[in-house]
Amino acid sequence: MSHAEKATIFNKNEAKVNWHDKALWYVREKRDNAAHGVKEWEYLRDLASAIKANVLSDLDTYLVEFEANALKNGIKIHWASDAEEHNAIIGKILDDNKAEKVVKSKSMLTEECHLNPYLEAKGIEVVDTDLGEYIVQIAKETPSHIVLPAIHKTKEEVDELFQEHLGTKPSNGNPEYLTNEARKHLRGKFLKADVAITGVNFAIADTGGFVVCTNEGNADMGSHLANVHIASMGIEKIIPKEAHLGIFLRLLARSATGQPITTYSSHFNKPAEGKEMHIVIVDNGRTEQLSREDFRASLHCIRCGACMNTCPIYRRSGGHSYDATIPGPIGSILSPGKDLTKHSSLPFASTLCGSCSNVCPVKINIHEQLYKWRQIIVKDIKQPMVKKSILKIAASVLAKPKIYDFAGKSARFMLKHAPRFMIYNKLNAWGKARELPEIKNENFDQWYKINRKK
Amino acid sequence: MKVGLFIPCYINQLYPQVAIATLELLEKLGVDVYYPKGQTCCGQPLGNSGYEGDAKGSCQVFVENFKEYDYIVGPSGSCIYHVKKHFDIIEQTPEVVKVRNNAYELCEFIVKILGKTDLGASFPHKVGLHKSCHGLRGLHLGSCSERMDPPFSTEEDLLNNVKGLELMSLTRKDECCGFGGTFSVFEEAISVKMGKDRIQDHLDNNVEVITGADHSCLMHLEGLINRNKQPLRVMHIAEILNSSI
Repeated sequence: MSHAEKATIFNKNEAKVNWHDKALWYVREKRDNAAHGVKEWEYLRDLASAIKANVLSDLDTYLVEFEANALKNGIKIHWASDAEEHNAIIGKILDDNKAEKVVKSKSMLTEECHLNPYLEAKGIEVVDTDLGEYIVQIAKETPSHIVLPAIHKTKEEVDELFQEHLGTKPSNGNPEYLTNEARKHLRGKFLKADVAITGVNFAIADTGGFVVCTNEGNADMGSHLANVHIASMGIEKIIPKEAHLGIFLRLLARSATGQPITTYSSHFNKPAEGKEMHIVIVDNGRTEQLSREDFRASLHCIRCGACMNTCPIYRRSGGHSYDATIPGPIGSILSPGKDLTKHSSLPFASTLCGSCSNVCPVKINIHEQLYKWRQIIVKDIKQPMVKKSILKIAASVLAKPKIYDFAGKSARFMLKHAPRFMIYNKLNAWGKARELPEIKNENFDQWYKINRKK
Repeated sequence: MKVGLFIPCYINQLYPQVAIATLELLEKLGVDVYYPKGQTCCGQPLGNSGYEGDAKGSCQVFVENFKEYDYIVGPSGSCIYHVKKHFDIIEQTPEVVKVRNNAYELCEFIVKILGKTDLGASFPHKVGLHKSCHGLRGLHLGSCSERMDPPFSTEEDLLNNVKGLELMSLTRKDECCGFGGTFSVFEEAISVKMGKDRIQDHLDNNVEVITGADHSCLMHLEGLINRNKQPLRVMHIAEILNSSI
C-alpha cells in the first residue's frame, strides 16, 4: 500500500489525527524554546554538519582508528556487512555465553535488522526496556517514531494493553500508575538478564569509546547488571574526537525532545572486570548510500526525530503510514536507497515545504533530496498510466505557447460551462473536499490585450 | 530599468485579478513594466512530480520570454523559487544565468530592489498572512520559525504599512497549507486535512481575509473555504497592496 493510501486510512479518525498532530507539535515547540536558549544554535548546526561531512569523507580511516582504540580498551569488535550478519554475530555471542535472556535498550539499528524476531526464533527471550519500545513490543507493532516509539498510542490504549499483558488494574490511563507498573515488571527482567544490547549514539574514534543517550537509564541498568554488553552501531555513528560530543549532545537532546541534555548520556569505554563488551559495526546499505553523491548527506543523521515532529504530513499521517523502519522525512530519503520499489511513494509524501531541513541539527537538505529521489523514481519505477500521461502531455503543451493558449481557453470554457456532475466526480481528487476556482470571463492575456496597448 | 512581468499559468487562467493587481501596482510604483507574450509555465508541476527532464521545453520558453529584461517579477514565490532553484536542468548560458539571478517575487522586488515598504494602500480589515513555504524557506522572504535567526518578514513589512489593516497573529506562524502542487491530488486526504487546519488557525484568530504571496496556497485554502462555507476570503497580497479607499 502506498503512503497516500495508508494516510487516507489514518485520516478516517480525525480526532485521533488532531491528537497526534498536537502531541508532536508540542514536542516541536519544546524544541524551538530549547534552541532559542542557545545563542550559537545555528553555528552549532554548521559545526555538526561539517564534522559529519568530514567523517563521511574519511570514514574508512576513522572506523579503523575507532576499532584500534576500542580493542586497546578490551572491547571486542565485530564487522557486519548486512542485517543477516549482524544478527548472526549477536546470535553467536549469545550462544557462546549460553545466554537465554536479553534486555535491549533503544536501537533503531536492531529494528532495521529485525533482531527481535531472529532471537525469538532461537528461543531467546528479548525484552525492550525503553518504555515506549516496550509498549510497541507487547502490542506486536513496530515503532511509529524513532524517539517516541509509541506516540501513536493514547494512554487509554496503553492502559488496556497493560491490563492484558501485565495484569494491571484499569486506571483510566493514569500515566504515573502505568509507568510504575512497567518499571516493576522491567526491574525483574533487568535482574535476570544474561546479556544487554544497546544502540550507539556516538562512537568516538580517538578514544574507542561510545556514548548511549537515554532518558530512562535503561541502557545503564541493563549493561551494568548483565555480564555481557553488546552495542550495535551503524558505520556512520563515528565522530572523530571526544571534544565533539559537546556539539552533538547539545544539539541532540534539544532537537529530539527540547531537553537541555538527555537524562543519561552514558559513556562506555571498556568492560568492567570479569565482563565482556562487544561492538557490532554494521554497514547494511550505508556504503551504497555513501556512494550516491546526491544522497550522501542523509548519513549525517543523528536520529533525533525533529524532522518527524515538524513534518505536517508525518503529524497527520502517523509513522506507520511510511511502512519503513525509519519513518518521516529522513526515512523517506533513506528508505528508497534500500528498496526503491517498496518505498517509491515516500519521496512524494511531502509538499517540499522544507521545514525538515530547517530543524535538522546536522543540516541534511532533506527536502532537496526528496525532490531528487522523485526524479529517479519516475524513471526507474513503473508509474500509474494516468499520472504519467497527464504530466507528459502537460510537458509538451507547456513547451508550446500557442497550444498552451488554446488548452487554457478550453479548460476555462469547460470549467465555466460544464454541469457540476461532470466536473465533480470521483476522477477529480481536487473536488472531493474542495471547490475549483470560479472562472472569470477572460484570462489575463485577453485582459492585457484589451487594456494595455504597448 | 526594464521589468518583465511574469504571470504564472494558473494565475493567468484562473486569477486574472491577481495579475491585474500586480501590473497596476508596479505601474503605480513607477516601474517600466512589460508583459511578454507567449508565457506558459515555469515547469514546477513537472519537476515536483519527478518529470524534471520533461520540463526543459517550458524552461526554454521562459528564458526566451524574459532574457531581455533587467528584472523578472512575478506574484508567486513558488514559481520564482522554481526558476531560481531548478532551472539548472538546461544549459547555463549567460541568458539563463541572468534570468535566474534577476527573477524576483513581487514583495521582495518592492522591498529589496525598489526600497519601498509604504505603498499608500488602505485596507481596513483583519488580515492573516499565509507564509508560503517556497517564499519563506526557499526565497527567504522572512525568518522561519525553525531557525534561530533575527526575526523579519518582507510581507509583514509591506502589510504593516497598509492603512487600517490589522495583521492578526497566528498560532502556527508558518506551517505548510498542504497544497504542494500535485501533492494536493495524489495525497488528497493529508492535503485537505492540512488545509483545514490552517484555515482553523486563521478563524481562531479572528481573521477576515487570508493573504499571501503565493496564490496556489490560497487557491487550495479558498477551495476548502468555499466548500465548507466558512466566513473568510482569500486575497493575493498584490490585491491588498493595490487597494485604496
